[in-house]
Amino acid sequence: FVSEMLSAQGFGGPGKMKEYHYAGAVENRFSPYAFNGGTVLAVAGEDFAIVASDTRLSEGYSIHSRDSPKCYKLTDTTVIGCSGFHGDCLTLTKIIDARLKMYKHSNNKTMTSGAIAAMLSTILYSRRFFPYYVYNIIGGLDEEGKGAVYSFDPVGSYQRDTYKAGGSASAMLQPLLDNQIGFKNMEGVQHLPLTQEKAVQLVKDVFISAAERDVYTGDALRVCVITKDGINEQTIPLRKD
Amino acid sequence: MPHLSRVSFFTSRKHKPSSTKMATLTMSRPPVAGFSFENCRRNVFLEGEVNNLECSLPAARKTGTTICGVVFKDGVVLGADTRATEGMVVADKNCSKIHYISPNIYCCGAGTAADTEMTTQIISSNLELHSLSTGRLPRVATANRMLKQMLFRYQGYIGAALVLGGVDCNGPHLYSIYPHGSTDKLPYVTMGSGSLAAMAIFEDRYKPDLEEEEAKLLVRDAIAAGIFNDLGSGSNIDLTVITKGNVDYIRPHDEANKKGVRLIELEALQLTGDYKYKRGTTAVLSKCVTPLDLQVVEESIQTMDTS
Repeated sequence: FVSEMLSAQGFGGPGKMKEYHYAGAVENRFSPYAFNGGTVLAVAGEDFAIVASDTRLSEGYSIHSRDSPKCYKLTDTTVIGCSGFHGDCLTLTKIIDARLKMYKHSNNKTMTSGAIAAMLSTILYSRRFFPYYVYNIIGGLDEEGKGAVYSFDPVGSYQRDTYKAGGSASAMLQPLLDNQIGFKNMEGVQHLPLTQEKAVQLVKDVFISAAERDVYTGDALRVCVITKDGINEQTIPLRKD
Repeated sequence: MPHLSRVSFFTSRKHKPSSTKMATLTMSRPPVAGFSFENCRRNVFLEGEVNNLECSLPAARKTGTTICGVVFKDGVVLGADTRATEGMVVADKNCSKIHYISPNIYCCGAGTAADTEMTTQIISSNLELHSLSTGRLPRVATANRMLKQMLFRYQGYIGAALVLGGVDCNGPHLYSIYPHGSTDKLPYVTMGSGSLAAMAIFEDRYKPDLEEEEAKLLVRDAIAAGIFNDLGSGSNIDLTVITKGNVDYIRPHDEANKKGVRLIELEALQLTGDYKYKRGTTAVLSKCVTPLDLQVVEESIQTMDTS
């Protein structure tokens, strides 16, 4: 279905003009994947974690939905952000929810953020030769109550970070976070610990900038702040063009 | 009578004084017969060379774009968005897509940005020479004919999709011109990746003999549909209203999207924080000062886009 749509437009993909072939066989391979855009971001603080995503769902040059957030609540202390191919995002989150329930029933306790991250890695690698086209970032509180961020690639390689951006505008957001949170490439600046207010403001500003330059990012921003008191969600409007 | 020396661009021709016979058509070099594809073979070879080095050539910047035009009672209204994309990244948030052809003719361009810019400039230049030669205000049909002949000569390799509009001695005219060289003369046209969104608005609300304000609103709404529903178009709306003897080049007509400003009805709140760096934040490894002995001749200030 995806390749039929592309050939009807005479496109080689968004932003590219296909060469016209008037004679000879034209092969239109079916592609099981689609790129639905979207950007996710997670920041870990001393006693909080933030997971934020834009809410635009797009395909090619069109917009499917302006209100499709990419943050999914897993437990009271963990939120996952998934961007990439929306079909795989939905299936993956369903599978994770099922596995969380199974763990709860077998072990009589909720999965910790670190355990969820390890489990997700095995789930993704089990599909090593037909991957889930999803860029995942888990944000939550670890056993000690400190903020934790785990970032993944589509086949399950993961590591714990302080902050990470994923999705279509990740290359634009990551350097800014490196500078403002990691204090990279700056001399003589005080390394103040990140407060929750400053982190939330930074996340909003960073998404406003991403929406300027990335066509797939925009419409609205969903910010989930995870603290020991629970998960607080805010929605902020972004550029709609 | 003063000698009007007509200098053609071929330096091999001898410099002749003007003849007072009928107007001679000496413009830029006349179109070469047949198709010239000498550079295509070279381009393919170069691309192969670059691929061997594991690199890729920079992609031509396309404008994505929504452009449209409508004929109303006294003239034409042309509209365009202002976003230029390079792949799916915005390269220019406020580029100008309505190009000058002659005092009474303007042209919107979609497709490869360099192609639309250079093609309209070449035809504008040729048309000015032609107009001096005929002694008359240029006609829209002439610009159309020149554009289509050039684009056909290049068999679609010049990726310029244009909406040409103007008012001449025969009234208002509007043409759409495709990269392969076909043209359509219509009362309302749209081009670009956002053309379907804009055409939906036109098909709903166009009627013949609109008033100027109605036509401006219709074009504004059509471009806005493209801006909000097409990812390749965005930012602001530029309009050009051409009537007999007057051109209104309205840039921007509507700033449909402002950075980081929340618009709740009429309230606009500044949302973004301030990011400033103290002097000395970037590490200086070494410093070498070379004084230059210069005199200040002229001082001018050019504002930078810091948005």
